[in-house]
Amino acid sequence: MNTGILEFVTIFVLAAFVGNEVIGRVPSILHTPLMSGSNAIHGIVLVGTILVMGNAHGSMQITLAFFAVVLATLNIVGGFVVTDRMLEMFKPKPTDRAPKSGADDGSDDTAPGGAA
Amino acid sequence: MTLDTGIDLVYLLAAIGFILALKGLSSPKQARNGNLLGAAAAALAVGFTFAYPAVRAHTLNLVLTLVAMVIGAAIAVPAARKVKMTAMPQMVAIFNGVGGGAAALVSVVVFLIEAPGKPAVYRIAEVLFGVLVGCVSFSGSVIAFAKLQELMTGRPVTYPAQQVINAIVALAIVALAVGTLVTGNVPLLVATAVLSLVLGVIFVLPIGGADVPVLISLLNSFTGLAVAASGFTLDNNLLIIAGTLVGASGILLTRMMSKAMGRSLANVLFSAFGSVVTAAGGADGSGETRPVKAGTPEDIGVLLAYARKVVIIPGYGLAVAQAQHTARELADLLTERGVEVFYAIHPVAGRMPGHMNVLLAEANVPYDELKEMDEANPEMATADVALVVGANDTVNPAAKNTPGSPIYGMPIINADEAANIVFLKRSMRPGFAGIDNELLFDEKTTMLFGDAKDTLSKLVAAVKDA
Repeated sequence: MNTGILEFVTIFVLAAFVGNEVIGRVPSILHTPLMSGSNAIHGIVLVGTILVMGNAHGSMQITLAFFAVVLATLNIVGGFVVTDRMLEMFKPKPTDRAPKSGADDGSDDTAPGGAA
Repeated sequence: MTLDTGIDLVYLLAAIGFILALKGLSSPKQARNGNLLGAAAAALAVGFTFAYPAVRAHTLNLVLTLVAMVIGAAIAVPAARKVKMTAMPQMVAIFNGVGGGAAALVSVVVFLIEAPGKPAVYRIAEVLFGVLVGCVSFSGSVIAFAKLQELMTGRPVTYPAQQVINAIVALAIVALAVGTLVTGNVPLLVATAVLSLVLGVIFVLPIGGADVPVLISLLNSFTGLAVAASGFTLDNNLLIIAGTLVGASGILLTRMMSKAMGRSLANVLFSAFGSVVTAAGGADGSGETRPVKAGTPEDIGVLLAYARKVVIIPGYGLAVAQAQHTARELADLLTERGVEVFYAIHPVAGRMPGHMNVLLAEANVPYDELKEMDEANPEMATADVALVVGANDTVNPAAKNTPGSPIYGMPIINADEAANIVFLKRSMRPGFAGIDNELLFDEKTTMLFGDAKDTLSKLVAAVKDA
């Protein structure tokens, strides 16, 4: 067994503990957004698909890598956009009680991660 | 500083960003910033990945990468923007599934690239783990999506010798995996992948619709682990950290969700919950002929208008009827008349924990009017009216009183303690769990049948006249 793998195992174990600690006390109202947000974070597999595509040779490998990039992009872009949509509804202060406005969708932010 | 070191530093920054993003997502005030921070970290990491010479070595591959990303984004953005809030859970399911599929494909391609040179055993093991978990997550999420989207029945699917078939598939996967490990043979890996897809399907089929959200959370955690495995195969720290963060926090979140339903995770996954329930529901079917007290909107409007304290208990019926705005209108009207109004939110109201809060926040319901179950229950006994809008199982006293009931032990909102109970419901049909609710037949209970939005509008009019 080479020594490199042990470093990665160390990182893995430490990350597991961090993952467990960092979301310690989540109010249940945030369970759905948290699930959706962490879903977006594992979309970072996109980095892996890009690296793999760079090293792919022959039509079989390239085709599989191509699909991998499409799927990973769906995960990361869709994940962050959907989470943002959920969270934009948690307004900080309910001071403004204007009648429901249909004008606030799609006006402000461009898709997060879309620029990637 | 070499280029590789520079990129590794950027990856480190991105990893910190992800940790802070998860931390932010755990608090109501920071949640949105947390998500944006996560997105920024992801964009940074993806952008700098293109600095690797290997990524740009072949023009064709580079162009295909960019084309694939454009296609992915072009599908994802409109889908995520247009999806209705009620359909959010299945959207999360499908975005999770494709992530698992991507992780599995990364592992497969790495294996294909290295296969001619007979990869080291630990490398094959990493690939196998990524393929197995990624494939289970992919096909499992697709079935979960189909169940929630009602493309197939939400009831648990059972068939003869189910356990035996599951065991055979699992054993076959183990055998194929061992074979792949020893020989490094490509067809064996492909066979492992195919059987893992089958395993994902048969794992999810017996899980009932009401339990699917817990399942999605578990599959989300699986995808995280598959991504971490991809990180191992690529010797990439960022994928290992991000994947493991999601894997670990996902397991924790899954356990919190099952706890909110008063059941263990094992019970959620392996009990074929709904099939037992169906039988129980059938046996109690005679109950539906018993008389219930149905009221008119005018009666109930008066009851509400002259109450001191009204507790609104929303459920999925409110969500499907898109009645959250009308509910708020009614609450505002009552508040103006001096009635104390708040919403009691069961942790699993809607289709996912926290789903109902998202829907009510969409209707601009002030945050401080939303009370979680533990906060609301002590106040139920002093409430004049419990207004149950499209909810059923989350107020079913069987969870407290009937030890044999499948939902026995699930915490509920104690609507039965209020002086009056009003159910806005489409019909006498049992709720998502398929169990009869004794509370419907209680003498304190008044029923108002119809679509939640419709009946709420009538109540608004009735309160105005009262």
